[in-house]
Order: sequence, then C-alpha cells, then structure tokens
Amino acid sequence: MSTGPDRPPGPALDVEGPGAPPRANGELLFAEPWESRAFAMAVTLAQTGLFTWDEFRDDLVARIAAWEAHHPDGEPFRYYRCWLAALEDRVVAAGALDAVTVDERSAHLAERPAGHDHGGHGHGHGHGHSSGSTPSPN
Amino acid sequence: MTDAPSGRLSPALRTEALEQLLVERELVDPAVMDAFITTYERDVGPLNGARVVARAWTDPEYRAWLLQDGTAAIKDLGYGGPQGEHMVVLEQTEDVHHVVVCTLCSCYPWPVLGLPPSWYKDPAYRAGMVRTPRRTLREMGLEVPEGREIQVWDSSAEVRYLVLPRRPAGTEEWDAEALAALVTRDAMVGVAEVAAP
Repeated sequence: MSTGPDRPPGPALDVEGPGAPPRANGELLFAEPWESRAFAMAVTLAQTGLFTWDEFRDDLVARIAAWEAHHPDGEPFRYYRCWLAALEDRVVAAGALDAVTVDERSAHLAERPAGHDHGGHGHGHGHGHSSGSTPSPN
Repeated sequence: MTDAPSGRLSPALRTEALEQLLVERELVDPAVMDAFITTYERDVGPLNGARVVARAWTDPEYRAWLLQDGTAAIKDLGYGGPQGEHMVVLEQTEDVHHVVVCTLCSCYPWPVLGLPPSWYKDPAYRAGMVRTPRRTLREMGLEVPEGREIQVWDSSAEVRYLVLPRRPAGTEEWDAEALAALVTRDAMVGVAEVAAP
C-alpha cells in the first residue's frame, strides 16, 4: 500500500527492524484460522444488527472476567476463546440458535473421517481458511 | 451449556459449526466475513494513525481540530468505521504522559491502529497499567521521568483513545510523509515515545 505509482517520492521505508514504520500489521493478528472466523462473525453480526456491539462487548467482558476469576493454574489467557464464548452467548441470547444445536453440529463435524475436512463439506468455507475458497494472502 | 467452548470440542470445530449454522440461516455471509478479515489483515493498521499524528505535527490547525474533535479530524483523513465512532486524542506533554488501556476487555481504535496486539489484551497489562503504571511502563521499556504525571485512560464502551506523541527533536525539516514513518503503534497507545531519528 505504500508503493503506489502516484505516491510522491519520499524516503525508502524499512519493512522490518527497529526503523520499520507501523505497517498494516505489526504482528500476526490471528494465531489460528478459526480466530479470524470468530472475529469476523462477531463484527458481521454487529453490523447486520443481530446484536449490538455493546451487547457483544458486555458478554466478552463477562467471559474474560470469568476466566480471570477462576482458571487452572498456569493456563495461559486465550483471548479468542473468550471471544468465541461471548459470540455463542450473544447468538443464543438473540434467539438465532440454541446452544444444543451448536453442540450437535460441532459433534457432527468432529466425526468426519480424517481428510474430509478440507472440502466437500457444505459450502467450501467449512474449515476456516483452509478450504481453498477463501482468499489467500497472496 | 454455559461453558461450551471450553468443553471437549475444539474452538475450531465450534467456530466452524457456528458459521455453518448461521450461514444456513442466512444470518452471515461468508464473503462479508472474508472482506472484514482481509481489511484488517491488509489495509487497516497503525500506519493510519501514524498519518494522523504526522499531519498534526505539521499542521497546527489540524492539530487543534484533532484535539478538539478527534472523530471528525480523523474522519477527514478517511479513517472511520467500527470501533472508531468516538475518538478522543490525548496529547503528550512535558508535564503529562498519557497511556491507554482497556481494563475490562480490549477496546481499541481499530480504524487508526488496526486490531490490538496481544500484550494489550493480556491480563497482566490491563491490571498492571491501572495499579502500577510507572512500573508497568518501565517493564515495557519506557522510563517516564519522576516529575511527569502519568494519566491512564480506560477505554470504555463509548470512547476510544489515540495518543498524540511528542514530535522528536531533529525533525523540524521533515514533511508529514517522512514523519509518519517514525511513528510507532506503541507510541500511539502511550507505552513508548517516538524516538529521534
């Protein structure tokens, strides 16, 4: 994004190292593909109005507080697990799904034979980013 | 099922199940989700905030506007959207050092800084910055002089903050483009200063 032809001449920017400017990304945003799906689902549903962002935030705050209040010693904080839990809470609260349905579908997906989770299941987006139909970073 | 995602099924599976079910009910469009991910992975990041800062450093009128109405002044550069609806800009001075935290979760000004880094979401940062800000900043590599007050701003459901760092010495002749390259994300959260070139 910084090398467009109509950009005025300026100093060459480092891409890495201490002199590097803040790029679109300073670091990996998502540790695993599912995290980006959970992120985007919450943002999309807040935009389309299934719930408000503040409602989602309240559930996220509650999930984080619950983890902080009691978690096994030494268990690292996993932000997107709290995010996903909050997302489920909010989708259920909005009446779009019930928790049992999510459980059942998850269990059903878990039973797929090995190798079947890279396509053929539904709409091609079924396995996060690995199904091939989602854009790759090029 | 209040503890569902921590159960026996992996979060990846639950996420996949949730997406499938929501798509089947036409509540989410995977293409829209893909677009959000692409936007935040590629296009929206701290470089936007750096351009805001650089313009404030080089344009006194813009700086005044930014400090008075952050949302509008930032929008003027084309940056707006989710988590940037109510922006407040905090100016670092000789007397006061500002630093931003979200004590309850991870509220963060996406349109100007992108998505928050992992340390911003970490309980240690969130608690430490409230209880012992000077020590927490020192642990992050920033020594704030004893005489300088530290103000900690807790992002709320309403307001997102952007820190306007002090312009480093020796950059008097620099234009905004060159200055933007100096500005770091950490300086715009208040856990670092912009180093002199």
